[in-house]
Amino acid sequence: MAHTYQTDQYEGMIAETVTMRGHNGDTIGAYVARPLGSGPFPGMVVIHHAPGWDEWYRECTRRFAHHGYVAISPNLYHRDGHGTPEDVGAKVRAAGGAPDARVLGDLDGANAWLRSLPYVTRKVGIFGTCSGGRQAFLAGCRVKGLDAVIECWGGRVVQSKEELTPNQPVAPIEYTKDLSAPILGLFGNEDKSPTPEQVNQHEAELKKHGKQYEFHRYDGAGHGFFYYDRAAYRQEQAVDGWKKLFAFTEKTLR
Amino acid sequence: MCTMIAHQVQIMGRAKSGLEWFEVREANVSYDHPYDLPLEHALNLDFVNEALGPGARVAVELSVDAARQLVKAIEAVLAQADQRGVLEDVPVIAVPAHIRQ
Repeated sequence: MAHTYQTDQYEGMIAETVTMRGHNGDTIGAYVARPLGSGPFPGMVVIHHAPGWDEWYRECTRRFAHHGYVAISPNLYHRDGHGTPEDVGAKVRAAGGAPDARVLGDLDGANAWLRSLPYVTRKVGIFGTCSGGRQAFLAGCRVKGLDAVIECWGGRVVQSKEELTPNQPVAPIEYTKDLSAPILGLFGNEDKSPTPEQVNQHEAELKKHGKQYEFHRYDGAGHGFFYYDRAAYRQEQAVDGWKKLFAFTEKTLR
Repeated sequence: MCTMIAHQVQIMGRAKSGLEWFEVREANVSYDHPYDLPLEHALNLDFVNEALGPGARVAVELSVDAARQLVKAIEAVLAQADQRGVLEDVPVIAVPAHIRQ
């Protein structure tokens, strides 16, 4: 990993649920993890995946803190009721996913929350996997003031007209020209959403608009290859992906 | 989820969760990421009662082939019952759980 530490160094972290202002000024829940100390540390907005605001995302948020970032993961399903992450996630799945406009409002709020803290530097990145990868790219194009975007296997960045819905009315790729931060993309070549062909289209559009991007595509991996709790997990590709991810954030956010 | 392919149908029925039965009013059918079945996408059936909150849910996750077999089996059973003249196409009346036997 990019962040190395010594066995005799001091290390501490605080992690807890908080509330923050999201879309329309609504109060929503969020999970925050940060290194102890005055920092200042770069910030990271951590977008949970479609299955929900679950344990993997708690751990992911803490992982960013372990690597020296103040990380916040807003509950994008806060308004959909409370229960187990699976039950709430299934409810949102049935509703066709969270509306893009609301998600962007919540991510904008998370960015503002980080920037209000005395121990956060002026650099904030955004990370997401699955639908969260798509939303990370979308936020990089629509939310002001992000310094790095990490999109992991963002499905439906490329959408046909038939795939557009009231909740996701515009294909994110249409906004590529507005991307305001460097982007790292991690993809599995066996993924069905996005397919390698869709990743090609995504990359071509970034190139066309002269955006700073870095895409890594892994053979032998499909969708969600970071998820150690699912069959999709691919150890070798995941380890390399995290390594590339932290190399990218060190470069763009420190 | 990543495909966003989901349909909802209003239903009247009962589902069992643990030891308890509860009234289900909606069935959510999606082809998207499952929670437990080790596949990238699955045919997911959620029998729910939205009025009772997200936890009122009985979930089934099926492979595509299993889903197709299930559809065929349901159609076949209904057709057979219809042929025999035993089909009771009577809506189940929604009765609050606390006043049912």
